[in-house]
Amino acid sequence: MTKQHANWSPYDNNGGTCVAIAGSDYCVIAADTRMSTGYSILSRDYSKIHKLADKAVLSSSGFQADVKALQKVLKSRHLVYQHQHNKQMSCPAMAQLLSNTLYFKRFFPYYAFNVLGGLDEEGKGCVFTYDAVGSYEKVGYSAQGSGSTLIMPFLDNQLKSPSPLLLPAQDAITPLSEPEAVDLVKTVFASATERDIYTGDKLEIMILKADGIRTEVMELRKD
Amino acid sequence: MTFTIPIDNGDSVKTAEADSQRTLYPYVTGTSIVAIKYKDGVLMASDMGGSYGSTLRYKNIERMKAIGKHSLLGASGEISDFQEILRYLDELVLNDNMWDDGNSLGPKEVHNYLTRVMYNRRNKFNPLWNTLVLGGVKNGESYLGMVSMIGVSFEDNHVATGFGNHLARPILRDEWRADLSFEDGVKLLEKCMRVLLYRDRSAINKLQIAKITEEGVTVSQPYSLKTFWEFKAFNNPTAGAEGSW
Repeated sequence: MTKQHANWSPYDNNGGTCVAIAGSDYCVIAADTRMSTGYSILSRDYSKIHKLADKAVLSSSGFQADVKALQKVLKSRHLVYQHQHNKQMSCPAMAQLLSNTLYFKRFFPYYAFNVLGGLDEEGKGCVFTYDAVGSYEKVGYSAQGSGSTLIMPFLDNQLKSPSPLLLPAQDAITPLSEPEAVDLVKTVFASATERDIYTGDKLEIMILKADGIRTEVMELRKD
Repeated sequence: MTFTIPIDNGDSVKTAEADSQRTLYPYVTGTSIVAIKYKDGVLMASDMGGSYGSTLRYKNIERMKAIGKHSLLGASGEISDFQEILRYLDELVLNDNMWDDGNSLGPKEVHNYLTRVMYNRRNKFNPLWNTLVLGGVKNGESYLGMVSMIGVSFEDNHVATGFGNHLARPILRDEWRADLSFEDGVKLLEKCMRVLLYRDRSAINKLQIAKITEEGVTVSQPYSLKTFWEFKAFNNPTAGAEGSW
């Protein structure tokens, strides 16, 4: 008897785009709020941004059920960390934890495209970008998700990242001020919304600074 | 994308024999559920049909059930899996009651529990073949959410499963408002159910509307909607092209 193959897929792509930009004393994390499946919109108001720790905010797009499960795992590991070390996890520590958590399911991956943003131990902005199985890199800015191919080249152009081959190694942290970075984020999302059918509805922006987190919301095209 | 299963996870994957231990296709299925938040709580509508492929096998299936004191669950998809979910929830509510501490599970908690159950079964490649709608009211706050068979979940002011997502949701996006009265809410749901009746092959004209408020759950008696088939164009469909099909 021939082996039956599953006629359903355990994965789905619920779409959406996430962006993060690191500044000298701030970090901007942004994502749209549209959740889709196939050609249908399931929700116009679904947040893809999750605060994991005081100085670490995760934004993920991809398969929403995996994203939710991943976020739960990280939240619970963070709670244990707080109980054991009596302090919040730093952003670089959370970055490593996220990478390990993703690789742990290397052979049945979390279909999640992550950008982790926050402030490092010195108060400088940091952004970590991931693939679905945990390969990660500290960068000055990143875009992930359905609109990433539209956004990333534009960010490369505007933020003029120094070559990673330079010695001594140069930080990719942007010299832009916080209002300029927020404005850039709004611009790239408005553009991505025009051409990516899975991006739109509303844009949620979280700005992390040493004194706390601020959230801004902007309307995007709903078509 | 189709997913061929190469891995041995001990539970479900190796032999044809093992295949009889997990769900591959649905057999007896229910069609759409449509639900909206309204002024006093949540309204949910479903028809009473259970299809066996293209046969209308069962015409008296209640696809909406009260869960505990504060929630209402509606299910589309495989009916036997819905019945199993009701058994899981019975146990959950029983354990909740046994604490006897004056607290009871709200709709948010039940929705979260169902999401975890659906996701877990998906992880084992043995899904519960349902899309569930969970509505409820607790402490004056209304809640309405949905979970799919692979664990995708969200909450919104109005939700619909299956064909309802394609046909009813656009109507709801246009006509839903906060603070709908009960009568207006029912009218809106009936409008959606009528469209589904006309256009969903597996829908039948025998529906129930369930209401959940702070006071509790009431499920209406089954009734049918008035439909209109006397459009002139339906009368002599080949008039313009005799001999064609």
